[in-house]
Amino acid sequence: MADFLQTLIIAITLGSLYALIALGYTMVYGVLKLINFAHSDVVVLGAWLSMTVAVFLLPRIGVTGATWWAGGLVLILAMLLCGAIGFAIERLAYKPIRGAPRLNALITAIGVSLFLQNFGQLQFTLIPNERVVASGALQERGQDPRTIRLAETVSIESEQKYAVRLFKNSAPEGATPQTRNIVAAAGTYEAGRDIAIDGGVGRADTRDARYEIVRIAAGAPLKLPFGAMPAGMPVLFNDRPVWEHVFVSETEHGRLEKPVRITLLDLTIVGTAVALLVGLQILVFNTRVGTAMRAVSYNMETAALMGIPVDRIVSMTFVLGAALAAAAGFLFAVKYTQIQQPAHATWVLLGLKAFVAAVVGGIGNIRGATLGGFLIAFIEQFGAYAGLQVGWANASAYTDVFVFVLLIVVLLVKPTGIFGTTVREKV
Amino acid sequence: MLLNVTNLDVSYGAVKALHGLSLEVDEGEIVTLIGCNGAGKSTTLRAVSGMLRPRGGSIAFEGQNVTGIASHKLVERGLSHVPEGRGIFANLTVAENLALGAYARKDRQSLADDHERALVLFPRVKERLKQLAGTLSGGEQQMLAIARALLARPKLLLLDEPSLGLAPQLVQLIFSIIREINKQGTTILLVEQNAHMALAVANRAYVLQSGEIIKSGPAKQLLDDPDVKRAYLGA
Ligand SMILES: Nc1ncnc2c1ncn2[C@@H]1O[C@H](COP(=O)(O)OP(=O)(O)OP(=O)(O)O)[C@@H](O)[C@H]1O
Ligand SMILES: [Mg+2]
Repeated sequence: MADFLQTLIIAITLGSLYALIALGYTMVYGVLKLINFAHSDVVVLGAWLSMTVAVFLLPRIGVTGATWWAGGLVLILAMLLCGAIGFAIERLAYKPIRGAPRLNALITAIGVSLFLQNFGQLQFTLIPNERVVASGALQERGQDPRTIRLAETVSIESEQKYAVRLFKNSAPEGATPQTRNIVAAAGTYEAGRDIAIDGGVGRADTRDARYEIVRIAAGAPLKLPFGAMPAGMPVLFNDRPVWEHVFVSETEHGRLEKPVRITLLDLTIVGTAVALLVGLQILVFNTRVGTAMRAVSYNMETAALMGIPVDRIVSMTFVLGAALAAAAGFLFAVKYTQIQQPAHATWVLLGLKAFVAAVVGGIGNIRGATLGGFLIAFIEQFGAYAGLQVGWANASAYTDVFVFVLLIVVLLVKPTGIFGTTVREKV
Repeated sequence: MLLNVTNLDVSYGAVKALHGLSLEVDEGEIVTLIGCNGAGKSTTLRAVSGMLRPRGGSIAFEGQNVTGIASHKLVERGLSHVPEGRGIFANLTVAENLALGAYARKDRQSLADDHERALVLFPRVKERLKQLAGTLSGGEQQMLAIARALLARPKLLLLDEPSLGLAPQLVQLIFSIIREINKQGTTILLVEQNAHMALAVANRAYVLQSGEIIKSGPAKQLLDDPDVKRAYLGA
């Protein structure tokens, strides 16, 4: 029972994430008949932009830890940024080749994906979080070995963080300097005076070397794009359990206690995802603009004859898809906190399974993608669960296999997907 | 002059479909364009409504040059096109199809009146508002397509073969509705293969052959023209 409930919780959480991503594939396919391979990379951008916003922006506006609105703010900013990226991708990459043969569009999509994966691994410091307030040669130490002698006047303000960086002049450009903390009290230190630093400086270190005193601001520097190493997502949501139950079973080895808990974080993730899924359904099926979107998806030329600005609707589709992808990336990052580099297998599989969800549900079909997302998650999680129940110890290593077997079965039995209708060739 | 088409050239890739076609439509008129299959009738309408970009020539609507302007902008200016094959959105309900007809309109309040007026002309559409448009019969789809176009409040309505594939009584009905729409103040450019009916409702007519106008004049006069009779009226 405990395992069953735990599996159910994971399946619902993952399912809502797959569904969010699958919608982006399906909406773009719906209007352009294009499989946007770059979509899974927008999910990655969503996760990384969330992290970037959280570590760069939040400390600067004085927010630390799990303030209830901090997560929401990060989510909204990530969705806006990714929406803008989605807009740019469509305008720059896909719009110029609208009307070209499908193969051209497919190759372009792969190109955009490769670009995002590789560009994302670069890293530049755009906005540093420290400023040099004094520097000079380090010919001699101060009287005391735990000080350095100042070449310039420097004033140390209390409640600010300062550090000293020690550079060898012979070191290659960009080499990491040694860093010492300043332990001197606040006040103004004239040139020629000594200032105390933590750890001191060895005599050999002073030869052909210089120092810089830097003032460190709150928050991390802004580094973009994202770099080739994984990064940690700060804690934005409270992980407090809201429901907990300990299941007790008697086994031959004695009493076995298995707790199952639902945390506030789980609820937040599922709640946010479901709210977005429902919001999108309402937008697509109950608004003027949603009706226009469905019309464009049915026939672009006729839609234009209704007075629908087709280009704007196509852009909107990309923006919506990218914003949902950003939300999925954000929620994934707050759940699994370790954000892998762009192009990492974790991301590739996540995007691939969401794509399978869209195909299984019937690509181009909004409800199909939503339900497909949950179906995929249930198949992989309960496939492993059932495997374990019948004594297949290794079953949880095969979750991806269950998903792709489902794909093959659906393609054999109903190639248009569960909710798909027969494919219309566009004129 | 409401519509002025001058020296229009249109090609599909290397295939020339129209060469130097000129025609005009005056306010309040029903003008018909007749011709055989492949003569270029639909192509003419598509160029006028901005679905195709002409290679040469110009199109003026209400005295303003609109050559190369996108379809959706022309709808806002009052030029609506019911395409060949009706262009119904089969995946949407009848009501949603109608709502899209008014997509470009900003005057929400008078829209409700127009909705009423359009549906009075087409009671069979009114009975089926909740149904998916793809499930309508061919005749009902044609009525929906015309009703939908009227909701944009067009000054000029382009109709491409509204009688195509309809039973004779229904053809009669559609043509009487066309006359009624015109009476209510909408100018109509009608493309038809059913030359008899078209010439009967129209004020003036153009005869199109291989992308060129070969004859034009008052509809009554063309009805009696021996060449037209032989080629298009099956006499
Ligand atoms: N999309 C297209 N690509 C290439 N050629 C086309 C295309 N559409 C039309 N044509 C050609 O242009 C010419 C005019 O076609 P058009 O559809 O305007 O004829 P029509 O007078 O409307 O005929 P019908 O009465 O059969 O509807 C034809 O020779 C046709 O083959
Ligand atoms: Mg035609």
